[in-house]
Amino acid sequence: MTATLNQPTGPAHTRIYAYGAARGENYVPNDDLVGPIDSSDEWIRQRTGIITRVRADHDTTAVDLATDAAREAVERSGVDPSLIDAVIVATISNPKQSPSVAAIVADRIGTTPAAAYDVNAACAGFSYGVAQADALIRSGVATYAVVVGAEKLSDIVDPTDRSISFLLGDGAGAAVVGPSDTPGIGPTVWGSDGSKADVVGMNYSLTEFRDGEAPWPTLRQEGPAVFRWAVWEMAKVARQALEVSGIEASDLAAFIPHQANMRIIDEFAKQLKLPDTVMIGRDIETTGNTSAASIPLATHRLLEEHPELSGGLALQIGFGAGLVFSAQVVVLP
Amino acid sequence: MAYTNDEVLGGLAELITDETGISADEVTLEKSFTDDLDIDSISMMTIVVNAEEKFGVTIPDDEVKNLKTVGDAVTYITSNQA
Repeated sequence: MTATLNQPTGPAHTRIYAYGAARGENYVPNDDLVGPIDSSDEWIRQRTGIITRVRADHDTTAVDLATDAAREAVERSGVDPSLIDAVIVATISNPKQSPSVAAIVADRIGTTPAAAYDVNAACAGFSYGVAQADALIRSGVATYAVVVGAEKLSDIVDPTDRSISFLLGDGAGAAVVGPSDTPGIGPTVWGSDGSKADVVGMNYSLTEFRDGEAPWPTLRQEGPAVFRWAVWEMAKVARQALEVSGIEASDLAAFIPHQANMRIIDEFAKQLKLPDTVMIGRDIETTGNTSAASIPLATHRLLEEHPELSGGLALQIGFGAGLVFSAQVVVLP
Repeated sequence: MAYTNDEVLGGLAELITDETGISADEVTLEKSFTDDLDIDSISMMTIVVNAEEKFGVTIPDDEVKNLKTVGDAVTYITSNQA
């Protein structure tokens, strides 16, 4: 007779225990960037709502930012690092593809030999990571997980690009996910549409650069096409996330979309008909667009400025290059 | 029911006013969205999506780039009605 395998099961529920944040050391005002794009502070503010973006020092890496954010999240969570057995880092900007950012971060924060891997889901990466942490824990594969979104986008910008470069900043946000007696992470609505791979992403490959066929690869986007998708298609995803969670917009304490552009955030909120009682993450105004880091950074800031949000429900939704998207409702720690 | 050119122009003017605050009287066929009406690409896309809903047409992203004047948009909408 064939032996029967053990197959693990985990706790029924999970929740986010704590957040951590790390921003680039320098606040870069619009005036520092307008020269090469023949623009003005007013032009950037009107189109993006950005006043400053944070950018890291030359020697600070995405790994450093990820480590700082993860360390804060773990300390605040009160979870012993030795109990954390999964570290997931969402990033698209680490210039060294291997080893993973996650393995180094896991070691630096004292969680070795935790499982550790990076996720490439651009601006949806943090929400993808939360979906995975939730699933790993509820299936008994992991006990506690750290999810980090970390980017040093200033390494992949072109100062002369008028499509996206001037929006981008550097930072990392992290969350500790663990078991819970009550539901703390709602069902994830996620997906992709690779038929639109060309509308946002890197303009060239590293091999084209190596062979002298292209300049250093940087990010580009077709802004209007991304805007349409990010607002009207993502509004459908956001509504779906509410529906599968069994809640109404009026039940939310906060709405924390990827910090892509203030115009997207404003129109998105309008489409969702959010009541005034819902606090909206608007960290982009001073932090800029930090891709995978933007949702946890915005959440961290909301919780710092409005501690009364603790225990409330937040709808988070990420969307970006791929195209990929992911949304879920979480209970704020 | 098919919309006439005048109905589309009037409807478009309303949408433009809602999005930008530009007076509907300013919205005439020969006006350029960017040069004359100073409508940026994000507002343009908002107007396009609202026009799709209002007139029951589809205006693909690639087509939006070709809509330079209000007249271009009116012609596109009237000739692509279901």
